[in-house]
Parts: sequence; structure tokens; C-alpha cells
Amino acid sequence: MLSILFALLAGLVFGLGLILSGMGNPAKVQNFLDFFGTWDPSLALVMVGAIAVGLVAFAWARRRKTALLGEPMQLPTATKIDTRLLLGAAMFGIGWGIAGFCPGPALMNLLTFHKEVTIFVISMIVGMLLQHTWARK
Amino acid sequence: MTHILWDSFQPATALAGGVLIGVASAILIVMIGRIAGISGILGTLMQRDAWAHHFAWGWRVAFLGGLLASPLVYQLFAPLPAIELPDNPRLIVLAGLLVGFGTRLGSGCTSGHGVCGLSRLSPRSLAATLTFMFFGALTVFVMRHVLN
Repeated sequence: MLSILFALLAGLVFGLGLILSGMGNPAKVQNFLDFFGTWDPSLALVMVGAIAVGLVAFAWARRRKTALLGEPMQLPTATKIDTRLLLGAAMFGIGWGIAGFCPGPALMNLLTFHKEVTIFVISMIVGMLLQHTWARK
Repeated sequence: MTHILWDSFQPATALAGGVLIGVASAILIVMIGRIAGISGILGTLMQRDAWAHHFAWGWRVAFLGGLLASPLVYQLFAPLPAIELPDNPRLIVLAGLLVGFGTRLGSGCTSGHGVCGLSRLSPRSLAATLTFMFFGALTVFVMRHVLN
């Protein structure tokens, strides 16, 4: 029960961070990606802030078998840099560039009830389901 | 030629927002031992296996619940910033399909590879992050400066 509460808190803080940082606005994200046009460097600082905290947390987590609430520590074990990884990242990057939305900000904005956000989230879920179906073959 | 948008460059809120995202990822890994990767959390819930064990779906649903509630909470203290998306719905559908398919194929997005993966010093996540950053920038370049 306590772990569910902490997951809820983590989701809330994550979303507040997205809004405060400006990552919630696709146009601002596209300006960050526009290195050879009108470049807005703000989002590089989002990564700096997030990774500065993350480095400490994950350095601690790496040395542990269980998390504080008793669940086993589940760090990713995959290390292979293969076609699947790079092709997936490339497809994601193209979609990210077109709309300025990655999964976190898109979901975070869902309850603001913008029609475009709803269309994006539904398409993203369909894309995920297509990948699952394709992977099962 | 690069023109830096100094007017919309907001270093303080960008950094503070980033720290909050880092704190959220830290809460998840330190308290319950899980990675805050949004595409993985959502995608796993789209698969039957996740619903077999109550913790497996419970923390994911709770995390997404918190994420969905965040603009409502933010609104209590300050007006929400604007959201500007392309006005062509077909482009939005294409982008959503690519983001959904691509993040599942590549096992992560900006949060899982970009924040958590780089924080773990994972070469695999660094490769993924450089790849999606490159293709994101290339796409914006083509859309803004070649086609338009």
C-alpha cells in the first residue's frame, strides 16, 4: 500500500517537473531541437537537473538488492546496442520532432482536454499495440 | 545560422523542473526499485502479463494517476503554460504512431533512456538518447528549413 502511495507521489512530482520545466509545451521542445534555426537551450538544463539527482539515486540503487520498501531492485540488464534499439530510437526521434511530444508530456497533458493531445495519445497507444502485435510474430 | 531564443530561455525554471523530474525518478527507484520510464510503464499496462500480479499493475497505474493529476494540482498555484501543437491532425497521428511504435521497439523514451539510463551511466541508453536526439533535430530541420 505504501509503495502505491510513493508511486503516485513520484508520478505527481514527475508531472509537476514537466510543467515547470517547459517540457509540457511541444513548441518549446521543437525549439530545443531546432539547433540550426531558433534554438531554445532551456531543455538541456532540464536534463542537467534531472541527471544530477538521478546519478546519486542510481549510484545508491546499484549497490542494493532491495528498495527501501522491500521490493527487489529492478535495474535494466540489457546492454546490447542492436538494430532494434537504434531503429526504435530513430522512429521515436522522428515522431518527437514532428509533434514535439514524447510520451511523458503527452500523457501529462491528457486531462487538459486539448483535442490535439487526445489525438496524439490515442495514436501513440495504437503505435504501441502495433509494435506488440508485430513483435509476437 | 543558429539564433538563440534568449527571450524564451528560462534557465531557472528549466533547471528546477529538471530537478523535480530527477527527484521523481529517485523516489521510484529508491522506494520501490522501479525505473521511471513512461513508455515502458504505459506499454507494459497494454500487455496481459502486467495484470496478473497486483503490484505489477498497481504501481504503474498509481504513477500514471499522479502524472495525469499533475496539471490539476499545478493549476491550484499558477496558470498552466500554453500547449502549442502542429495544427495538421494527420501529422499528429503520424507522430503519435511513430512515438508509440518506436519507444516500444527501442525499449524507452526520453525518461527511461534519457533521464534514468544516462543517470545509470548505461552506454546502451546513451546510444538510444543520441539517436533520438539526432533524428528529432533532423526532423525539425527538414520540417522548418527544408520543406517550409
